[in-house]
Amino acid sequence: MKKTLLTVAGLMFASVAAAETNVLTVYAPDYFGSEWGPGPSIEAAFEAQCECDLQYQTGDVLPRLLLEGERTEADVVIGLNTDVTKRARESGLLGEHSVDLSVLTLPIEWADDVFVPFNYSHTAFIYDNTKLDGFDSFEDLLNAPDDVRVVIQDPRSSISGLALVLWVQSVYGDEAEAAWGRLAPKIVTVTQGWSEAYGLFTDGEADVVLSFTTSPAYHIIAEEDLTKSAAIFDEGHYFFVELAAKVAGTDNPELADQFMAFVLTPEFQSLIPTTNWSFPAALPIEQWPEGFQELPQPETVLFYSEDEAAALRDGAIEAWRVALSQ
Amino acid sequence: MARSAFSISAALIVAGLIIGPVTAVLWRGGGFTALSAADVSALKFTIWQAFWSALISVVLAIPVARALARRAFWGRSALISVMGAPFILPVIVAILGLLAVFGGNGMLNLLLSPLGLPRLEIYGAQGVILAHVFFNLPLAVRLILQGWLAVPSERFRVAASLGAPVFWLLEWPMLRRVVPGAFAVIFVICLGSFAVALTLGGGPRATTVELAIYQAFKFDFDLSKAASLAVVQLCLGLGAGGLALFLSRGDLLGAGFDRVVQRWDGSKVLDAVCIGFAALFLLAPLVAVAIAGVTGLIDLPSSVWGAAVRSLMIALGAIVLTMTLALPLATKAGEAASLLGISVSGLVLGTGLFLIVQPFVRPSSVALPVTMVVNVLMALPFVLRILRPGIEAARADFGRLGQSLGLSGFALWRIVYLPRVRRPMGFAAGLTGALAMGDLGVITLFSRPGEGTLPLMMYDLMGRYQMDAAYGAALVLVVLSLGVFWVFDKGGRAHAVV
Repeated sequence: MKKTLLTVAGLMFASVAAAETNVLTVYAPDYFGSEWGPGPSIEAAFEAQCECDLQYQTGDVLPRLLLEGERTEADVVIGLNTDVTKRARESGLLGEHSVDLSVLTLPIEWADDVFVPFNYSHTAFIYDNTKLDGFDSFEDLLNAPDDVRVVIQDPRSSISGLALVLWVQSVYGDEAEAAWGRLAPKIVTVTQGWSEAYGLFTDGEADVVLSFTTSPAYHIIAEEDLTKSAAIFDEGHYFFVELAAKVAGTDNPELADQFMAFVLTPEFQSLIPTTNWSFPAALPIEQWPEGFQELPQPETVLFYSEDEAAALRDGAIEAWRVALSQ
Repeated sequence: MARSAFSISAALIVAGLIIGPVTAVLWRGGGFTALSAADVSALKFTIWQAFWSALISVVLAIPVARALARRAFWGRSALISVMGAPFILPVIVAILGLLAVFGGNGMLNLLLSPLGLPRLEIYGAQGVILAHVFFNLPLAVRLILQGWLAVPSERFRVAASLGAPVFWLLEWPMLRRVVPGAFAVIFVICLGSFAVALTLGGGPRATTVELAIYQAFKFDFDLSKAASLAVVQLCLGLGAGGLALFLSRGDLLGAGFDRVVQRWDGSKVLDAVCIGFAALFLLAPLVAVAIAGVTGLIDLPSSVWGAAVRSLMIALGAIVLTMTLALPLATKAGEAASLLGISVSGLVLGTGLFLIVQPFVRPSSVALPVTMVVNVLMALPFVLRILRPGIEAARADFGRLGQSLGLSGFALWRIVYLPRVRRPMGFAAGLTGALAMGDLGVITLFSRPGEGTLPLMMYDLMGRYQMDAAYGAALVLVVLSLGVFWVFDKGGRAHAVV
């Protein structure tokens, strides 16, 4: 029965595949390719200049690439985070880019020959400024009364959750477990992913939620709601970046290079803020949309290289797990 | 003997579709990995919460099912249909519905605080079990209710006229036959819990095996670890299934004349309290979901209808496939084989199927059939639990009579079996469709089929800050799922004698 189904489906799609000649296949996360993500407008903008057909394959980007190995259909992957760059690099499946990185406007140095950043943000705690006064530092948050209800994401299943434990690690070092112990009574719950946590926050189930410094921009621009603020901490904020890379074995290297170069053009970059709700990686602040320009920016940006992060990760998660399991 | 050859090949297909993918992941991962201390404690918590969730669901379901079985009142069948809704809700929607009632700012706490009563805290083990009971009580009620309705009404009449103890004579043997199976199915469902356990469990204390698999797969790309944990899940599922089948040896109650059950026993007040409590518990969160969704409907993009049509197609396809496989599988061995389907991690199943098809076709081109196959595998355990008692009873009670009358093949099926299993068949078909509609799928590796289904759209909206629209999409999903469920469930009752 399965075989029949496969055959039928194979026939259905074979005709579609045969009709296309110059196709650029881009693996992207679901949110990126969705109607509300940056995918559709970027596709339209690129197709207008490339005489090609950009096709997204959405889903788990890196696991799929690793499972497929050399046989992958992908020419370009987009939407990777720094927590997987080490493994992706070591797989040898990704090739070096030839993009000029001098146009980058990131708050940190970036000189990677494989991964090109296309947008960034920082992990931050978001609160309702009509109900709370906010927090000036991590210490301030840890010292808050225990009836302040905080929701975070699990570092074992969520990228923002992992960024948080690395953030705590970089602020508190060996004292991370004790810091988690002080935060623990305020943590009402830990969710699988960002969406669930943010849903709990907007539903009033929590006062403070782990999200990004760019989150208030959505409320300001799309909802004209000025009540959501990101607490900016004196100790600094952990850097959160999304990346694109070229597949080494792509059968369409020129087109892949053309797309990689397109990523840092003002055309691509100006689409990012209001579709991906993040800061563009290569666009001067004067060209950001209104609402983004005014967002408070942390003075200190914390970031571990992929080797440092890989070495610290298990210990940082364990400190979190032990403190929250008490 | 053609029937048994057919049954055996169907069981082999199902077992192969589950064991094949797990083996593929294990092979690619390079064999087994020993479990770490954290895995073992996750395993302990998983079993512990699944045991209590299943036990409480079943124990609470018994009085509710009895009350529904022996009382006739206006709106009874609609109530039974709507009470089934929690079982088919997408997890995140159900959690938000539960929080609207039991959460920090929930209705219950708003009622309690003016009375000076302490705040109710949902986060913790109690929250996990509460949510699992919310999800699974409807299934338990329906499975046990079926057992009650399958007792021939003549038996109750005779017992009533003789003043015999109805419970020990009629109900206890029926419960012994039905309850262990219901417990096993719910236990196995709860073994796979991930988002519910985490969100309502309040943090890493409530870590389940499924989360460990997710972590191994997404962050560590440790296929060996993921597959090893999936094998542990399979063993637990098989163990629970085998134990339930062993325990559920009860006598069949013999044949009756298929008349409506009329009852004279039992307290009306007690029954009303049972039904009222269950309805309130199951429906209050649903109402909260509906209210949140109505305001979000206006924010929905027009593409919601395309997604709705795709979801409906998946549901209908899953119904046809599942029913085709279910009839030959309605045996003890078949039911045991099918339990594998819900015990194994969807993530591992999806990864294994991906590894198997990838050398032959573009995985993205088979996303839809794979979604369908996985939905069938997920639905079969419920469908068989619902169908098997009826089919076996009909076979035992009327099979010989039919044969002696010279009935065979389609005629035997139409005249003898169909009228007796029409009700469970309708219920099973409705459940399959509704489950398939709400499924987010294990297809993240295969790319989404077409342009996405309703559940995917809901998650996309949530991931883009559009919570209101997401609740709107959830409402459309729930209404359509319930619609599919209701149409088939109702269809199963039409013309049925009982």
